Amino acid sequence: MNERIQEKLSILADAAKYDASCSSSGGKRKNENRGLGNAEGMGICHSYTEDGRCVSLLKILLTNHCIFDCAYCVSRKSNDVKRAAFTVEEVVDLTMNFYRRNYIEGLFLSSGIFSSPDYTMERLVRICKKLRLEQKFNGYIHLKTIPGASEELIQEAGLYADRLSVNIELPSELSLKTLAPEKNYEEILTPMSQIQTKVAENREERELFRKVPQFAPAGQTTQLVVGASPETDHQIIKLADGLYKGYGLKRVYYSGYVPVSGDDRLPQVVQPPLMREHRLYQSDWLMRFYGFDADEILDPQHPHLDLEIDPKLAWALRNRHVFPVDVNTADYELILRVPGVGMKSAKRIVAARRFAPLTLDHLHKFGVVLRRARYFITCRGMALEKRDYDEQTVRRKILYGDGQTRSALVKRQLDLFAPEPTIIAPPDLVSPQLDLFRQAG
Amino acid sequence: MKPPRRTNLPAKANAAAGMRRATALPPSFDGTARFTYDGSFDGLLCVLLACWESRRWPEAIQSEDVAQGGLFSETQFVPTDEARARRVWEGMLKYMPGEARTNLYKAFLSESPERELLIFRYVQLAIEAGGQDISENFGNDTVRAIADITKQMFREKHRMEAFVRFEKTHDGLFHATIEPDYDVLPLIAEHFTKRYADQRWLIFDRRRRYGLYYDLERTDIVSFDAEAGQAGSKSAVSAAVLDEREPLFQSLWQTYFDHVNIPERRNIKLHRRHMPKRYWKYLTEKQPRERHFRPIDNKQRPQQ
Repeated sequence: MNERIQEKLSILADAAKYDASCSSSGGKRKNENRGLGNAEGMGICHSYTEDGRCVSLLKILLTNHCIFDCAYCVSRKSNDVKRAAFTVEEVVDLTMNFYRRNYIEGLFLSSGIFSSPDYTMERLVRICKKLRLEQKFNGYIHLKTIPGASEELIQEAGLYADRLSVNIELPSELSLKTLAPEKNYEEILTPMSQIQTKVAENREERELFRKVPQFAPAGQTTQLVVGASPETDHQIIKLADGLYKGYGLKRVYYSGYVPVSGDDRLPQVVQPPLMREHRLYQSDWLMRFYGFDADEILDPQHPHLDLEIDPKLAWALRNRHVFPVDVNTADYELILRVPGVGMKSAKRIVAARRFAPLTLDHLHKFGVVLRRARYFITCRGMALEKRDYDEQTVRRKILYGDGQTRSALVKRQLDLFAPEPTIIAPPDLVSPQLDLFRQAG
Repeated sequence: MKPPRRTNLPAKANAAAGMRRATALPPSFDGTARFTYDGSFDGLLCVLLACWESRRWPEAIQSEDVAQGGLFSETQFVPTDEARARRVWEGMLKYMPGEARTNLYKAFLSESPERELLIFRYVQLAIEAGGQDISENFGNDTVRAIADITKQMFREKHRMEAFVRFEKTHDGLFHATIEPDYDVLPLIAEHFTKRYADQRWLIFDRRRRYGLYYDLERTDIVSFDAEAGQAGSKSAVSAAVLDEREPLFQSLWQTYFDHVNIPERRNIKLHRRHMPKRYWKYLTEKQPRERHFRPIDNKQRPQQ
């Protein structure tokens, strides 16, 4: 019996691990029934895997039996892997006992599709319901909604889960048709807009009647697989931008494609595109916290992110006319756009200059990376650089330092091991994002 | 491997300009002195009051058990008086918002050797500012030092909320041992009380020899005799008193931890940055395995 549960857990955790999301923040569920758990605060990463990703939730599939044959997925019908399925009671027991020992913030439950979407979804909802009603569990629950499941089941899921998500996986309809023949965009986008509508309606109702139960208080997210299909970075961030604006998503996750099959519909890559994934996360941050528009980061003339430099620096180099900005007078929004200035240092700058004019020494102590920022700022009217370098020179100096190109290669080797101090994640997002974000540092 | 920071800052920038007292004392002081106290937070508050009453600027404030006397200056011991401490604690609100005051308490828990003087200087600055909130005056070294310590404390508190690992004993107590860098037990009590409302639990700080105990009604601070936590072993509870299913869940957690890893993305440096090695001692997932790890073969080789 114990052996069997060990084996199930290893199979069904292994099959779920390619889902990047592990966030446990944004919940508002308080422990008001003297039950177990509290999900009102910020997310907590209880552990970190050896690949540096956050472990916040018990992330498992209910089963990896699946009637679909999506090329990028380990659980696809045609893949010859061991199959297993948890019972409802087993998932409840594992979740409760892991939570009681402070191993996890809650449960992230997804599933392969067996029999039919509704049949599968009904099982997932039953687990949530049991946890909430029978076990008085107030921890975090993230539920994957199964493409094609009925609206009624999604409605019910939202009452017990903190977050719902539907993975788009492939960033264009054409790729989806090729690699996931049983899926289509409509089946993915329909539940997404249903969830959006329900979240909005629920918010209005709750303003009138506080007793109305919450619907998915931590909102919805999705994931895009990067590198399994030919979309450009510009297409990907435009899609993400559309999802944030059009569907009110809380997060879009980018998952560098890890080769999981020898399926000849897919590129035969050896290493997942970690740097590209990292740059996409940086761009995502720029859109959500730094006031950048997708089209400022990339455009059809520049469809791919620069792997050597971060997207904010790339933007600043293309837009030299905006700079220099003076740290003692410029608006917060503009200071945020200076390479080498993160959210924390920008906030400190704007707060502290109310008391006294800031000097370079202050900037350094606030954590501004002057090595980058020096080409873009003035301080009390003084520039740090006497000469006005062109774009290529600034780029070279930031990447390789002041030395001759001869030593540049050596420096570059060193830089590969240096942490990238580019953008600092906001404190409410301690979960996987920060980690993924730093992934390729 | 970190390349040197390339900044052209003047050398004097590092001389902690504002940290040293200017040669001239503020008008409400006419001399200096060194103070000692019993090491409690209330005691420190009494020292602050003594400074203002005696018009002596503190050159040092030290707990009496670690105090080193100055050669040429007088050292004054300030006894702890709860009523006087409360007077200071409440009076502080005239000069700063509640959050800033809480941050000073957190700075005290940091056990940093400079904490007492920093706290004194911060309160003095706030008084001089006449009620204007100074907590965002990051250009000032004292204000920034308090902000930085507060942040470190937050991080350590957050780590403990993450890295506590309970073991269930046969009588239903959930027990954990920790050794945090700073004295964060008072800061995590609320979090664990809210979260584990339906189970009895005990979190023991082995380095500071005291713990938090929740008995389904309230959470109290409890202290232990010397023999309580045995040195060297991960748990302070011997295997004989564990719940019968405890080893199963520990082993399942290890299985989960091993299988959620993606070997193609291996990045041990990042792993260690998030989970520094000094915390591994009490982490279930970092204990030796009873079961051999067998990776799941999920890759189909190209069929040619």
